[in-house]
Amino acid sequence: MLTNYINKYCVVAKQRIIVDADLKFTWENGPSSDFFKEAFKHQYAAYPKFFKMDSLSKLAVLAAEYILEGESTDGLALVLINKSGSMDTDVKHQESIQDENNFFPSPATFVYTLANICGGEISIRHGLQTENVFFVADQYPVAMVSAYVDYLLSSGKANRVLCGWVEFYQEKYEAVLYIVSPEGEKRHTEENISFLFEELAD
Amino acid sequence: MAELKEELKEKIIAVLNLEDIAVEDINDNDPLFGEGLGLDSIDALELIVLMDKEYGIKLSDPKQGKTIFESIESMSAYIAENRTK
Repeated sequence: MLTNYINKYCVVAKQRIIVDADLKFTWENGPSSDFFKEAFKHQYAAYPKFFKMDSLSKLAVLAAEYILEGESTDGLALVLINKSGSMDTDVKHQESIQDENNFFPSPATFVYTLANICGGEISIRHGLQTENVFFVADQYPVAMVSAYVDYLLSSGKANRVLCGWVEFYQEKYEAVLYIVSPEGEKRHTEENISFLFEELAD
Repeated sequence: MAELKEELKEKIIAVLNLEDIAVEDINDNDPLFGEGLGLDSIDALELIVLMDKEYGIKLSDPKQGKTIFESIESMSAYIAENRTK
């Protein structure tokens, strides 16, 4: 197995966006929806579809927008994980069909009742036609993801991999994305991956 | 009718999350799909739900939507004629 490297990372949490230890955006006031909207406009304004997405997709696309700035997306695979799946949107959909006398399910909400849709939104936004997968786990499964990413790269199924954690449920959100490739300086080890998640604890 | 058109524009902007588009940006005869507001197929389904929820109009034939949803003008005319609430 060839050695792979972590090239870049992005953390979105606590109304801050950090890329490679640099604070790129912060928003002090308001709910997550305002933070996501302002952070996206700050980085890239002309993509109206962003504002129609559910919160999980907004979070994933937002983090991808920041980490992929200036990056090649050629052969870039996606490996995403979270704890709550699409539960935040599932609950909203359920509420819209709870009362048979007020039964108006929203098609725009329903289409987001799958967690892997957020990977699709990233792929559409960046024109990716590559391997992608979404896992659901209580905590970030460092060993499993690490092994899977190494396999994608060593098998030639991807040139680089954008992977990480994108969790949103009832206004609580956190994202840690990082890019892994066969070239770089910081080795793709379980210890170095775990270090990225320490940003969430600060 | 003018009041209904204004109301309709407000509802469409809210329901379809049309960020940075104001009521005054939408002309009554602008096409809603394609070149106009650039709405997509999911938006079309949302408009069908909006007609039902807000005006009590059930569109059973999806082909009807093509003419009804052509513009604010055509939509408001259909609503005025067929609304049950």
